[in-house]
Amino acid sequence: MIKKVRSHPTQNEPLLFERSSPGKKAYQLPALDVPEVDPAAALGGENVREEIPGFPEVSEVEVIRHFTRLSTWNYAIDLGVYPLGSCTMKYNPRINELVARLDGLAWAHPYQPETRSQGAFEVMAHLEQALEEITGMDAVTLQPAAGAQGELTGILLMRAYHEKQGNPRKKILIPDSAHGTNPATAAMVGYEVENIASNSHGMLDPEVLARAVTEDVAGIMVTNPNTLGVFERDIARAAEILHAKGALVYMDGANMNALVGIARPGDFGVDVMHLNLHKTFSTPHGGGGPGSGPVAVKKHLEPFLPAPRLKTTAEGLRLDFDRPDSIGRVRAFYGNFGVLVRALAYILAHGGNGLRNATVDAVLNANYIRRRLEPYYDLPYTAPNMHEVVFSDSKQAARGVRTGDIAKRLIDYGFHPYTVSFPLIVHGALMIEPTETEGKMEIDLLVDALISIALETENDPDVVKSAPHTTRVSRVDEVTAARRPVLRWKP
Amino acid sequence: MSTYPDTYRYTKEHEWVAVDAGIGTIGITHHAQSELGDIVYVDLPKVGAKVDAGKSFGSVESVKAVSDIYSPVSGEVTEINEALSAAPEKLNEDPHGSAWLVKIRLTAPEEIQSLMSSADYQTYIKAEQ
Amino acid sequence: MRYLPKSDSERQEMLRACGLESPEELFAAIPEPLRLNRPLALDDGISEYEIVDYFRARSARSVAGEASFLGAGAYAHYRPVMVDTVVSRGEFLTSYTPYQAELSQGTLVSIFEFQTMICQLTGMDVANASMYDGSTAVPEAAMMAARITGRDGIVVARTVHPEYREVLETYARYQGLPVTEVGYDAGTGAIDLAALDAAVTDATACVILQSPNFFGCLDVVQAAADLAHARGALLIVVFTEAVSLGVVAPPVAADIVVGELQSFAISPSFGGPYAGVIATKEKFIRQIPGRLVGETKDVRGQRAYCLTLATREQHIRREKATSNICTNQALIALMATVFMSVYGKQGLRDLAAQNLAKAHYLAGQLDRRFAAPFFNEFVVRTGSRTPEAINEALLGKNIVGGLPLGRWYPELADCMLLCATETARREHMDSVAEAFA
Repeated sequence: MIKKVRSHPTQNEPLLFERSSPGKKAYQLPALDVPEVDPAAALGGENVREEIPGFPEVSEVEVIRHFTRLSTWNYAIDLGVYPLGSCTMKYNPRINELVARLDGLAWAHPYQPETRSQGAFEVMAHLEQALEEITGMDAVTLQPAAGAQGELTGILLMRAYHEKQGNPRKKILIPDSAHGTNPATAAMVGYEVENIASNSHGMLDPEVLARAVTEDVAGIMVTNPNTLGVFERDIARAAEILHAKGALVYMDGANMNALVGIARPGDFGVDVMHLNLHKTFSTPHGGGGPGSGPVAVKKHLEPFLPAPRLKTTAEGLRLDFDRPDSIGRVRAFYGNFGVLVRALAYILAHGGNGLRNATVDAVLNANYIRRRLEPYYDLPYTAPNMHEVVFSDSKQAARGVRTGDIAKRLIDYGFHPYTVSFPLIVHGALMIEPTETEGKMEIDLLVDALISIALETENDPDVVKSAPHTTRVSRVDEVTAARRPVLRWKP
Repeated sequence: MSTYPDTYRYTKEHEWVAVDAGIGTIGITHHAQSELGDIVYVDLPKVGAKVDAGKSFGSVESVKAVSDIYSPVSGEVTEINEALSAAPEKLNEDPHGSAWLVKIRLTAPEEIQSLMSSADYQTYIKAEQ
Repeated sequence: MRYLPKSDSERQEMLRACGLESPEELFAAIPEPLRLNRPLALDDGISEYEIVDYFRARSARSVAGEASFLGAGAYAHYRPVMVDTVVSRGEFLTSYTPYQAELSQGTLVSIFEFQTMICQLTGMDVANASMYDGSTAVPEAAMMAARITGRDGIVVARTVHPEYREVLETYARYQGLPVTEVGYDAGTGAIDLAALDAAVTDATACVILQSPNFFGCLDVVQAAADLAHARGALLIVVFTEAVSLGVVAPPVAADIVVGELQSFAISPSFGGPYAGVIATKEKFIRQIPGRLVGETKDVRGQRAYCLTLATREQHIRREKATSNICTNQALIALMATVFMSVYGKQGLRDLAAQNLAKAHYLAGQLDRRFAAPFFNEFVVRTGSRTPEAINEALLGKNIVGGLPLGRWYPELADCMLLCATETARREHMDSVAEAFA
């Protein structure tokens, strides 16, 4: 018998606006200790607004009920496995939330005197050092707000480096297995994109690369392990080919959870890379942000890093704005500091060995899933995988069941789906990344569910094709949503 | 009657063109709409825009894909099908008729000769599958 | 390690199932010379209470003071308890981007409410699900204006937050979008309209104005809009102090409104994470960057929500996308949504009125540099003493003073920017006034 995680009952809940009634309120302000000011007198009558039409008017009880009920409509890591490939949905330790809210950190103003910011600077400096050790790189900037902005920073650095050499160059090479952000980012920095075909193992082919690399190529954007979860075994050779022509290697750190403590990009030829603290270093995704995308570089790119940089002086840590070769700012202030605090707490909790053990467990989980599911699902690329595994729906497609259907059916078994239809080089992909957060019992439940769906596909494909059957809402009409967009409530 | 009118000419990128008195009416084929699935948005050029044969002049979107539309012929846009912005689903329902995309005054009418006939196009899409 | 839920025997069992003897074999695909064959040079893992000790020590060495009069893009507003209560729920905190609508209705509804409230607040028709922050939303809006107008020139007021302008410069550099700065009127502190008139040409995609501007002054939104529109350019209005919208008329003359929502219950947190937003008119909906949530129905005919208009985005359009941005700041936007729900229609107005009263009380005792109306921030001359000397004196009373402006505006080296929110107390404001005396 297949064991299911059961969904809990959920309540109906209107939009907050539909709960509103004139005069209800959830706030009380203290009495003013200064004279009142008439807005029209202070601002000029034409600058004062009318009331805000439609804005909520609800009581405190209703606020808590509303959002608590909404929360029950969400899936979450706290409820179970979140096997999204390349997303690294791991446990978010709660101690990290507590320390990020300590007064001196949460209420630090970015412009308060540097002498009074030493504690915040120490957190940043400590995290920079830890990330340098983990990546094998020479310097880290914590300024980028998210992974995509880290990428932008990385390619800006590449461009600034080449311009300093006298020629910005024209092209960025991107393997066909790459994330969509990579070409979008290259375009934002004024580079043309040239796609590089993977070989039959889904990997970079040094021969193909050698033909593509010319003096026009600024660099390559690679993900390693790549989006198939496979370590690019020729990565060092690829880096040599690029470096020989003066081009650079950018690594998308999305899959760093496969490497921490095992191998370091700085040791296999990478010049610049970004990390996703909200993936590898456990800061909460929060339904889609905030993230943080630090960028690590080798020495030759350090002069170009965004300003300001932290500098150690006799009087303690200081901000150094005197950076003539810097690409400039990519974000106001110093980055998503609150996220940095959480990531450092994660690193401190693990220590060096703990981080390595986490990597081992993450890779073990993915390999165990692969071994157990291989008899039921097609594995289009058979190279050894690291922290994630990519199947295709080709066996099930013969019965009219596609990867999107299997994903929706998985919801009925109490799990969030894997990543659907990515990477694009696998037709009908099921991309599964369990992370180290899952124990054997949870992994077995997930695998049993996927096996059960494979059997259902043989015996009763319609039950799969019409899933999910157990959720509040099912198969949301995305076509009408896009044809006639309704993007706000109106009375 | 064939799904693909004999009086139209077709491209490998799955557009059709019907020429009448120097004006070419352009659309996407039944096969193209079926591959795209539910079409949610159509992006068309402005009247007066110059288009070149084989170059993109707009795009059609499904929920999760965008496809460029390539002009079968060169010329100047004289009219666009305004109805599609409010009802893009017409492209799924009647791609060879009321859901035409643009009308173009041809500047090189001989370009038509290099396009496929209905029969050739049907052979082509069979081979592609 | 307490976050790893496996016993050794389970590990062994799983390894055996994979046909492996030791964990090392899991990494056989990594060529030997590329492996790190030593432990990471990091300290050993520590316990929960040691982690608390570590950060308490840093917290104690990072002191905002008993009172602070800093604003300039990061404001000290009270955070209702409700905010952390809601965002601490694991279902919000530990969920992913809501791609799977069936499992994400909670996040999707909250974003739909957020989009609605931002529209109500700004007077725009459509708002996205949030951006990284205000500073990065500015170049995204400028790129949007360039796509809409088919032009490339960007004209930005010098009274837009200096760090926002630096970010704009970085983004614009390689996209062929030349940036021109326009100064301010030395008397009012608002944009110099004559200089703006000279700067806007028929190659200008947009004019970017902040209101209240970096000096705290309400800027001349309508006049700037008229000027921009007469030459076919768009007007982008930026706000860094969202609470101002409780009392100040929304910038409805703008084509795009860009804002930072830190004031809505997001702690200053040494500069981030915050949440930015872009709102605009209905007709520009296809050009807005970032995530959008739409209302629709499910297969059973029930009201339901999903991410929509995804074809604008990088994962589909790749190098032709509206931006490389992937996600929004959902949890931070949720803080703002809860904040707006708690204060609501009357509360936001009352809160804004208190800010107005406090700032005007303090400003009334000092020598204000600019004449334009202001909300809760203003520039003052420091007289015979330098701004730094006055701040040093205030620090002696454990008060963090204002922001000296010489770093970005050399001509204002004898001025500082002060901010008084509803949290400023009369006795501290009197201490500030004394320090100037």
